[in-house]
Amino acid sequence: MGRFVARRLLQMIPVFLGTTTLIFFMVRVLPGDPVAAMWGDKAPDPAQVAAFKHRMGLDKSMIQQYVDYMANLFTGNFGQTMAGRKVIDVIGEALPVTVRLALLAFAIELVLGVAIGLIAGLKRGKSVDKGTLLFTLLLISIPVPVLGFIFQNIFATNLGWVTPTVQDSMNLGQLLLPAVVLGSLSLAYVARLTRTSIVENVKSDYMRTAVAKGLPKRKVIGTHLLRNSMIPVITFLGTDLGALMGGAIVTEGIFNVKGVGNALYHAINLKEGATVSGFVVVLVLVFLAASLIVDLLYAVLDPRIRYA
Amino acid sequence: MTTALETTPKAKERLVPGTPLLEVRDLHVEFKTRDGIAKAVNGVNYSVAAGETLAVLGESGSGKSVTAQTIMGILDMPPGRVTAGEILYRGQDMLKMSGEERRKIRGRKIAMIFQDALSSLNPVLSVGYQLGEMFRVHEGASKKEAKAKAIELMDRVRIPAAAQRVGDYPHQFSGGMRQRIMIAMALALQPDLIIADEPTTALDVTVQAQVMDLLAELQAEYHMGLILITHDLGVVADVADKIAVMYAGRIVETAPVHDLYASPAHPYTKGLLRSIPRLDQKGEELYAIKGLPPNLYKVPAGCAFNPRCDVATDLCRTEIPALHQVTDRDGAELAGRKSACHLWKETLHG
Repeated sequence: MGRFVARRLLQMIPVFLGTTTLIFFMVRVLPGDPVAAMWGDKAPDPAQVAAFKHRMGLDKSMIQQYVDYMANLFTGNFGQTMAGRKVIDVIGEALPVTVRLALLAFAIELVLGVAIGLIAGLKRGKSVDKGTLLFTLLLISIPVPVLGFIFQNIFATNLGWVTPTVQDSMNLGQLLLPAVVLGSLSLAYVARLTRTSIVENVKSDYMRTAVAKGLPKRKVIGTHLLRNSMIPVITFLGTDLGALMGGAIVTEGIFNVKGVGNALYHAINLKEGATVSGFVVVLVLVFLAASLIVDLLYAVLDPRIRYA
Repeated sequence: MTTALETTPKAKERLVPGTPLLEVRDLHVEFKTRDGIAKAVNGVNYSVAAGETLAVLGESGSGKSVTAQTIMGILDMPPGRVTAGEILYRGQDMLKMSGEERRKIRGRKIAMIFQDALSSLNPVLSVGYQLGEMFRVHEGASKKEAKAKAIELMDRVRIPAAAQRVGDYPHQFSGGMRQRIMIAMALALQPDLIIADEPTTALDVTVQAQVMDLLAELQAEYHMGLILITHDLGVVADVADKIAVMYAGRIVETAPVHDLYASPAHPYTKGLLRSIPRLDQKGEELYAIKGLPPNLYKVPAGCAFNPRCDVATDLCRTEIPALHQVTDRDGAELAGRKSACHLWKETLHG
């Protein structure tokens, strides 16, 4: 187990290096000159541009810039934005917002998704089940922006329960509606996965044994059925936690949440190489950590899996 | 070895002598499927007394497992449906009990052992947990007590190093050991009756004998009734007191075990016995009953066995035979012997 974790941590190194390298160069080969763009419509002063580029290290060769960036990265220095702010500060501001939003969405899809899937799976073929399949298909088919606008219209404009956009990005109550929108797609997948898994497991021999042992229904379902059925669902949820954080761009845009997605969107627009790279580094770390946790959770859920 | 498995006679629960522990009366079970109605069980009668072993013999689809599942109350309903009959446990019809009453009997009074222990045990829970669950749910034992009792049970069914293995998972045990765990689980609360549905089919021959011996030994020790469902005539001979042979959802012959082997009173039983490979027939072709088991959606008219029977007459093709009391050549009733064949006399004496 310890060796498995150690090896997985080591495996993270090439993945980490690969993604950061890739994103570093990808941002820099984007067309357009970010420095010139700072002058807007006015013609930039060549001397000022040169001075700025020199200060930012942008006059060095691409390779040299890369080496510098990576070296700084390992000392915890993420560089600075064109405006001179430390990238780490920008991340520090946006990340907690997105973590809250993502965790809220995660909790919603986990609790509701599993509950809906469980009920549908146990009532297979009944109208509850058919309704669930239809409902989840609908969720999967509606693009997030459309769903966002529909919700805004219903809950903010018509019912007036919430403001159309988020005023305070750290307020969980205000983040609830964006979280529902963000989690809705995954909720549909979780519900369907759970349902399929329940349907498969409910007819299994060990379920028959559990009933034959005279266990009460809640134990048969809660202990014997759910433990087995959650294994594929956990895999999905693990990778989804990372996806939720990175995928919040659209949702954050619709609801004006000042999170990672929002910051990343602006950084890409302005071709802020250091900022984009910095965010991606953080997201990659989140992804890797989430997948490691999932792999370890496997062992808890399914003792047949050996770590070797 | 004390506590959990002490063979204390349960005085207040003692049966009136002669009353069977479990009695199945005229049980009918059918399955409603897209293809029609499959009549799986068509009027089965049998009974088991404490300490007695009843072997239920039959091919796949003969209704032997469906009957057992109906007794346990673990039949999938729907598609299954009990259309008639009674299942009396200590004189009370279980089919009329509430779900909660039946649950309290399951595992505690009537326990079941399944064929494939690997798939019948939960793969993600330790065997200790699965054994201990019996005590925790039915007796309100604490986690610690349950674990101690689980170890005791594993010792009782002779699993080596039980205390070390109590936290292991089913896949870490061999097939024979897994089946022992199933037996331990069934035995946990010292039930009155154990239903073993082909308990040795999935095992090696040598292990089969060990497991069967263990089961028989524990049954005798705790004076339990045992319903042994099997299609293996070899397994039956050593342990059963009486045999019920099933065909197409009916009992076609019942007899004390040795009488049945010595002088079958039904052509189907006769065919089964002839199809056992024997050492003195080396080199000869092995006998097989011609034809296939009947389609349960369309059971043949008359005696269900008639299309496969060598001696069938016109009567057999039109009229379902009753379960006749079998007599010897002088007309004296043979105890416990019945045959559902119009021609039982010819079969037995001819």
